[in-house]
Amino acid sequence: MSASTPSAPRPQPGLVARAWARLAIPLVVTVLAALVGAAIILVSELLVPGVEFSWTLPITAYQALLEGALGSPEAIVSTLANSAPLVFGGLAVAFAFKAGLFNIGVQGQFLLGALGAVIVGVWVADWPPILAIPLATLAGIAAGAAWGFIPGFLKAVSGAHEVVSTIMLNYIAVALLAALVSGPLKVPGSPSPVTFDVGNAAWPVILGRIGHIGIILAPLAAAFVWWLLRRTTWGFQVRAVGANPDAARYAGMRTKRITIGTMAFSGALGGLAGTCVLLGVTHTMTSGFGTTVGFDSIAVALLAGSEPLLVLPAALLFGGMRAGAGLMQIKAGIPVELVDVLQAVILLFLVASPVLRRLLHLNTARNEPATPRATNMVPDVPV
Amino acid sequence: MDLTPLLDGLYGIPLLGILFQAIGYLVAAIPSNGSNILNQATPLALAALCGVVCERSGVVNIGIEGTMLISAFTAWVVGIAVNPMFGNPAPGPVFGATLPLLICVVAAVAVAILVSALHAWLTISLRANQIISGTIINIFAFGITGYLDQLISKSSPAGAGSFMAFTPPEALVNLPVVGWIFAMFLNQGPLAMSMIILVIGLQIWLFRSRWGLRTRAVGEHPRAAETVGIDVLRLRFRNVLIGGVFAGLAGAWLTIEATNSFQIGMTAGRGFIALAAMIMGRWTPLGAFGSAILFAVFVQVSQLIKIAPPEGDLGTIMGSVPAQLWDALPYILTIVILAGVVGRSIPPAADGQPYEREAAA
Repeated sequence: MSASTPSAPRPQPGLVARAWARLAIPLVVTVLAALVGAAIILVSELLVPGVEFSWTLPITAYQALLEGALGSPEAIVSTLANSAPLVFGGLAVAFAFKAGLFNIGVQGQFLLGALGAVIVGVWVADWPPILAIPLATLAGIAAGAAWGFIPGFLKAVSGAHEVVSTIMLNYIAVALLAALVSGPLKVPGSPSPVTFDVGNAAWPVILGRIGHIGIILAPLAAAFVWWLLRRTTWGFQVRAVGANPDAARYAGMRTKRITIGTMAFSGALGGLAGTCVLLGVTHTMTSGFGTTVGFDSIAVALLAGSEPLLVLPAALLFGGMRAGAGLMQIKAGIPVELVDVLQAVILLFLVASPVLRRLLHLNTARNEPATPRATNMVPDVPV
Repeated sequence: MDLTPLLDGLYGIPLLGILFQAIGYLVAAIPSNGSNILNQATPLALAALCGVVCERSGVVNIGIEGTMLISAFTAWVVGIAVNPMFGNPAPGPVFGATLPLLICVVAAVAVAILVSALHAWLTISLRANQIISGTIINIFAFGITGYLDQLISKSSPAGAGSFMAFTPPEALVNLPVVGWIFAMFLNQGPLAMSMIILVIGLQIWLFRSRWGLRTRAVGEHPRAAETVGIDVLRLRFRNVLIGGVFAGLAGAWLTIEATNSFQIGMTAGRGFIALAAMIMGRWTPLGAFGSAILFAVFVQVSQLIKIAPPEGDLGTIMGSVPAQLWDALPYILTIVILAGVVGRSIPPAADGQPYEREAAA
């Protein structure tokens, strides 16, 4: 995605014009998505029997959404805490994108990461935190990496497309988790399937009531992934394979090995997302453990154009929406699933941004691709 | 002829005996579950047909899952709205079909075509990444159906019911040896039966018609197809819309044939399993149908093992596996098949690549 250097010197537009060219698409897309969301709310009022129609319901809903995300110090901490796993998951998807791989399996890696963290976390629950926390965290990362390794290995060895195999692994992860939590991991005598608490392995809270250290780890992880991609040989190879696998192979890179390594590292980040939720928030695991992090991560990575540092604001946007959704449901009676719709609509407008650019007369389009372009981000191998 | 001593002997062999037991279990289980298997294969086969039509012309459609989910929801909601208008008619004599149910099918297909049109517009007209476009459709489908379902389910409304399976004559079903095949194919609802016709029809259409030849040409070498005067973009657009018809029927099957209600995320990965079935069937309708049947066998067996586990050593081994893991069997099988078969299964050459006209660039 570094093709932003224009070949010929061009007259520099003014600061305002440049800022507009950069921010226009994200702003317009967000506003349009909000409008579509409002339209959906209004239409759904008509569809549902027994609800009194009110024109102001979308405003009430968005007010509650904003209040729940930013309205108080506690809400802001909640937004940050909700964003942290999205940063890890978004980085997982973005990193795989860089190598031309589409990791839809963050959900499964997330679950495996949480599973690894809870297994080791319960085991070391009585150890001193200085040992327990890193051990449980590393276990989560390792479990996620293992789950990411499988599709990478299959892709490299037999050509099985990672999109289908990662999705299948998501479902397998759900079954595995349910089997373990209601079997060997279950607290004996407990009426419902739930594991022991991770005790001392829980991530410490540093901000407010729920602000765990994931809030600090997330930007660090983003910086690390940026450094890895931009400043290391391996990162260069990953990008080279993503840009042109044939050229990378002719240059002597072991593309299959890089594919496997990329998926394992991506899985490790996905596992860290699960670890973050388990050790930072829930501390125990039920058989229904699972959040929307996996699929939100794909949205985050797409919104960030797969740039590690842009993953942070993108995760804040979607994390804020998740944080505020609860209050929106309470105050306006709008189901939290509206957030999924808004995410999809934002992405839809992003993908359709060439049309928006034409409508807005933005001719600087080539400078800054907002989403991964078809030709170089995802391999041409069919599903 | 009594096979018991022979079987006892075979089953007694260590390790190999367990294999014999597994085969014996499948041989006993499959015929008696024939119609369930074909029923389970219906959405997979229909969705795989959608994949075949799209990918043969060069468009990867990973949004089948979402398309199915939206049309399943549509069929259910339209039933709720339309059924009272017709005075909640009693099930009809053929398939229990009523006018509202037929309207549900039409609505489901229409919505699926609309969603497919979105995919076609994004990927063919705007040349957006086909996998990203499909993923967006999936996220959107999950969100919008979940959102509306939360609102509508509050009043727990009654839908339009569901189609009923045709009951073949007893004499036919009770025939020795082949009776179960009649039961399998005839003891079905209208969507499952139409699936069989569609599979055969599409197979002929794809390999014996002008449209089929053009579709395959566009999927293999769009530039060459364009030079002989085929409108590549238009043909791809049309094929993706036709694919929508199949995805719509697959979705309708979920809510008005297999069940009569809607659950959030009820497609449960069938759209993706269908893609694996399509690959395993080498992008042909009949092959995809065969693979769909294979998957359905494993879905059925994974359920059956929980209810009626086999006896003997095999049963002991199977019993030691937690019940939840059997649910993962079809998904594990999908991965194994993808890894094992895909190397020999060659996709259309231009599959997944956006086409840009020379003049348009």
